Amino acid sequence: MSEILVKNGYVYDPKNGVNGDVMDIAIRDDKIVDAVSPTAKVIDASGKVVMAGGIDIHAHIAGPKVNVGRNMRPEDKLFNTSKRGKMTRSGGGFSVPSVFETGYVYSRMGYTQANEAAMPPLLARHTHEEMADTPLIDQSAYTLLGNNWLVMEYIKRGEKDKLNAFVAWMLHATKGYCVKLVNPGGSEAWGWGMNCVNISDPVPYFDVMPSEIISGLAEANEALNLPTSIHLHANNLGHPGNYQTTLDSIKLLEGVLPRDGKIRDQVINFAHMQFHSYGGTTWKDFETEAQPIADSINKNKNMTVDVGFVTLDETTTMTADGPMEYYLHNTNHLKWANADIELETAAGVVPYIYSPKISVCGIQWAIGLELALLIDDPMQAFITTDHPNAGPFRRYPRIISWLMSNQARLDRLETLHKVVPDRVAIGGISRVFDFYDIAKMTRAGPARALGLGDMKGHLGVGADADVAIYNYNPKTMDPTTDPAGIEKTFKNTAYTIKGGDIVVIDGEVVSKGNKRTIWVDATNGSMDPAVLDDIEKKFVRFYSVTMNNYPVQDEYVARGLVVKPEVA
Amino acid sequence: MRTATDVVCPFCGTLCDDIEVDVDDAEKICATRNACIIGDNKFMTAQAPDRHLHPRIRRGGELVESTMDEAINKAAEILVNAKHPLLYGWSSTHCEAQEAGMALAEGVGGTMDNTSVCCHGPSVLAIHTVGISSCTLGEIINRADIVLYWGCNPVNAHPRHMSRYSLYKRGFFTERGKSDRTEIVIDVRRTETAQKADIFLQPEQGRDYELMNALRVAFRGGPLPESVAGIPRAEIEKVAQMLKDGRFGILFFGMGLTMTRGKHRNIDIAISLTADLNTYTKFLIMAMRGHYNVAGADQVSLWECGFPYAVDFARGFPRYNPGESSATDILARKEADAALIIAADPGAHFPIDMVRTLASIPMIAIDPHVTPTTEIASVHIPSAIVGIEDAGSAYRMDNVPIRMRKVVEPPEGVLTDQEIIERIHRRVMELQGLEVPEVTAVKEPAEALAPSAFDDILQRAT
Ligand code: SF4
Ligand SMILES: [Zn+2]
Repeated sequence: MSEILVKNGYVYDPKNGVNGDVMDIAIRDDKIVDAVSPTAKVIDASGKVVMAGGIDIHAHIAGPKVNVGRNMRPEDKLFNTSKRGKMTRSGGGFSVPSVFETGYVYSRMGYTQANEAAMPPLLARHTHEEMADTPLIDQSAYTLLGNNWLVMEYIKRGEKDKLNAFVAWMLHATKGYCVKLVNPGGSEAWGWGMNCVNISDPVPYFDVMPSEIISGLAEANEALNLPTSIHLHANNLGHPGNYQTTLDSIKLLEGVLPRDGKIRDQVINFAHMQFHSYGGTTWKDFETEAQPIADSINKNKNMTVDVGFVTLDETTTMTADGPMEYYLHNTNHLKWANADIELETAAGVVPYIYSPKISVCGIQWAIGLELALLIDDPMQAFITTDHPNAGPFRRYPRIISWLMSNQARLDRLETLHKVVPDRVAIGGISRVFDFYDIAKMTRAGPARALGLGDMKGHLGVGADADVAIYNYNPKTMDPTTDPAGIEKTFKNTAYTIKGGDIVVIDGEVVSKGNKRTIWVDATNGSMDPAVLDDIEKKFVRFYSVTMNNYPVQDEYVARGLVVKPEVA
Repeated sequence: MRTATDVVCPFCGTLCDDIEVDVDDAEKICATRNACIIGDNKFMTAQAPDRHLHPRIRRGGELVESTMDEAINKAAEILVNAKHPLLYGWSSTHCEAQEAGMALAEGVGGTMDNTSVCCHGPSVLAIHTVGISSCTLGEIINRADIVLYWGCNPVNAHPRHMSRYSLYKRGFFTERGKSDRTEIVIDVRRTETAQKADIFLQPEQGRDYELMNALRVAFRGGPLPESVAGIPRAEIEKVAQMLKDGRFGILFFGMGLTMTRGKHRNIDIAISLTADLNTYTKFLIMAMRGHYNVAGADQVSLWECGFPYAVDFARGFPRYNPGESSATDILARKEADAALIIAADPGAHFPIDMVRTLASIPMIAIDPHVTPTTEIASVHIPSAIVGIEDAGSAYRMDNVPIRMRKVVEPPEGVLTDQEIIERIHRRVMELQGLEVPEVTAVKEPAEALAPSAFDDILQRAT
C-alpha cells in the first residue's frame, strides 16, 4: 500500500465544484480517497495549483500514419533529439515525437491520458504496439468506421441490428475505444481519387450519403450505449466556406439525446472544429465563421467540440482524410504520403508550415481561439491541436496562455499579416478563461465526453489518482498579464502523479509509470451468426489477411482496462 | 496429428498468412499447404536433425559448445568492452525482439541497423525527400487494373505475390481477376516475371531513371527524342497513355531500382512519377520488401527513436546519417570494434572486405541455423525460429502488421531471440554497474478480459 497526501494546494476540480479552494488530496494506491494515515508521503502544494491529470481527447500519437510522419520527416528531429536518462529512453521529434518522448512530454505537462484519434482497423495492431511502448500515460484509440464497406452496406440496406453487432465486433477486434468517422464516404471515394465534399454527395458505388453514415453510426453508437459518442472529422475539412457543410452536419443530430445521460451529455464530438469553421470562397477572401458555428454549439447542448488550435508552428499534418492531404500537397507542394487501407479507410501525411506571415495561417490561428471563447460552456469545448495537424501538443501551455490573457492574444495578432484583423473577430473578444475554465477544457470536459467522468478528470473520492501540481500561485500572480509565466507553468509540473505513482518532479521524469490501454467491449459476449457470416465473406473474398489473423490479440493490450457498456 | 491454420510464413515480405501446417503426434512438422516452395522448405527444414542447438564460444580458434550462461556472459562482455559496437540484422525476427534490440543498442551506445541498408534503404531516403503514395495490398486486390513491376522479379523472389495480391486474385471491383488487369514489366533483364507480362519494356542497363523521366514528359505531352534508354518514343508514349487511362494503377519496385546506378534517385523519381499520375487517375507505389519483417524493423526503429535504420546511439541520443551511420559503411571504415548480428546473414551477403572486418572483431551471432555469419563469430547462440517456434509481430511489405504464430515448441534449451537479447542486456547492465530491474511479467492479464465465449467466436475458422 502506498499513500500520498497533497497538502494545501489551490484545487480546481469542476466536477466537484471546487474552484480554487485550499484543500488536501489524499491518495491510496491508485485511487483518491477520503483520508490517509499519518505515515503517508506528504507533498506540500501550498501556493500551487492542483488539478486532476490532463486528458487529451484527440491527438495522433501512435500508429501507422504517425510512423509515416516520423519516416517522412527526419528534419523534424534535427534540433529535437533527447538523450537517455536514468529513467528515460532517448528519442526525438518536434511535431512527430517518438513514443517515449510522447509519454514524457505529456507527463511533464501534467497530462495522464491521451487518446489516439484515428486507428485504421486493419493496422490496429500497429497502433497498439506503439501505445504499449508509450510510457506513463493512459491511452485509447478510436476505431475508424466511417468508410468501412460493411458499415456502408448495412446502412444502405437499413439493417440496424446488424450494424450494431458489427460495430461491437470491430471495437472488440481492434481493441478500440470509440466509433470514429473521418470524412465519411470521402475516404472511400478517394480509393478512386474522388471525394465527398458535401454530406449529400453519394459515395461512389456504395450509393449512401455521408449524412446517412453519420446518422447511422450515431444511432448504432447509442444503441450499444458506448461510453463516448461518435467522434466526427466532418466532410470538407480545411476548405474556404466549409462552415456550411459543418452546419449541415450539426443539424443531423439536433435534438438527439444520448442513451444514458448520466454518463455523458453529447451524441457527437466534432473533432478539430477550427478546421471546419471557415468562411470565404477561396483562400483570397478567406475569413472566420467561428460565430455561427459557436452559436450552433451553444444551442445544441448534446454536442461537444475539440478545437484544434493553430499554434503557428512548422508541423506535420496527418489524417485519414486522404483527399484532403492530396489537396494540401497540391497547395503547398511539399512532400506527400498516402496510405489507403483496404475496405476501411485512407490516410495522408504532408508537412505544413503555419507561418505567422501568411494571412491564411493567421486567420486560422484566430478562428481556433474565437471558437473556444465564443462557446459559452467550456465543458463543450476541449483544448486540442489535433496534434500534430494544427500544431504539436507540446504547445498546449502556450494555447492556455492565449486563452487566459486577452493581452497575449492582441500582442500576437499585431505580429500577423496585415489583413488578418479584418478577417477575424478575435480582436473584439475580451473574454478570458481562469484556471477553473481550463480545468474544464482539459480535465472534466474531456473525461465526461469520453464517458470516463467518474474515473478520470476529477479529484473526488474514488477517482483515479491522476494529479497535476503546477508552480503557480493564483492569489499572488495574474495570468491575464503574465502569459509567459502561464506557459512556463503548464509546460513542467511541480509534480505529476499518475495512478498513484509520482512520475514527474519539477519537470523531470522519475518513474517508468503504470500506463494502461483502455478499450471497449460492447459485444455482451455474443455475436449474431449472420453478421459473422457477412464479415467472413469479406475476409475470404476481399481482405488480404485471414479473418483469424485480423483481431488484435490480448498480448497487445496486456495492460488493458476494458469498459463494458451496459445495455438495459 | 494436428493441423495449425492461419499460420504466417516467416520468409519473404509477402508474409502469407494462410499456411496450414500438419504436426504429427511426436510434434514433428510433417506437411504444409498453401505455401510456395520456399515457404514450404522453411517449415519442413525447421526441425532438421542436424540443426545446431547449443551455444558455442570461440576458443583457440575453434567454436566449441558452451552453456547458455557462459555464452550470454561472453556476449555481454564483448558489448560492454567495445567502444562502438554494431548491432545489425533484425529483419528475420519479430518486433518484440527488435524492441529489445533497440534498448540494448541504446544501453551499450552502439549502432542499430537492419537489412534495409542493403535492400530498400535508398527507398527510405527517397521517402525522406518526396514522401510516398501507397496503400495496403487488399486495395490492389479490389481495385487495380494496371499492375507495373519495375526492377523486381516476384516469380522468383516473392512467389505468391501475384496470385495473392496483384494479378490473379479476384477482388470487388476486379471480379474477373487477371482479365481485368494489365500487367506491365519494366526490367533490364528478361526475367520470368517479364516473360508472362502483357507488356514488357527492357531499358538499357542503368538507365531506368531516364526512362522514368521520359514517362513523366510523356504524361504532360512534352517532346521526346527518338528513343530513351533504348526504348522507342512510340513505346514510351503508348505505355504513358496506358498508365494514365487505367482506373487504379500500382507500381511495385525492387532492388533492380534501389541497388543499381542512381539508387535513391531512382526511387525519388518513381514516387514522383506515381504522384504525377494522380492528376489523371489513381496511382500508387510500393516497395517489394524482401525479409519477412524488414518492414517491421524500420517501423520499430521509427516509433522508438524517430529514424528507420542506421541509428547511432554512441552519444546517448539517436543520430541518423546513412552513409556514415550505416552498417556497411561502418564496417568498410573498420570503425566497429565489436558486433552483434541477429536475424540476418551478412557473412553471406556483404562485400568480402566488410565480412573480413566482421571476422576480425569480436562478434556475437544469434541465428537458429549455422550460417556463414555464425562460422566467423566469437559467440554463436542458436535461437528459436520466429513464426514456427515463437509468436510475435511482423510487418508485411505494405506495413500491415500480422502476428506470427507459434506452431511447435522450440527444441529444449533453445531460447527465443527476444529472451536472448534481454538476457544479454541484463548481464550488460550488471557489468555496467547499473541496477537491473526485476523481471516483471510483461504479459499481465487485462483487468477485465472479454468473456471467453466471445473469443471462441472470434477465432472461428474462415
Ligand atoms: S511467397 Fe513468401 S511469404 Fe508466401 S509462402 Fe512463399 S516465401 Fe512464404
Ligand atoms: Zn485528427
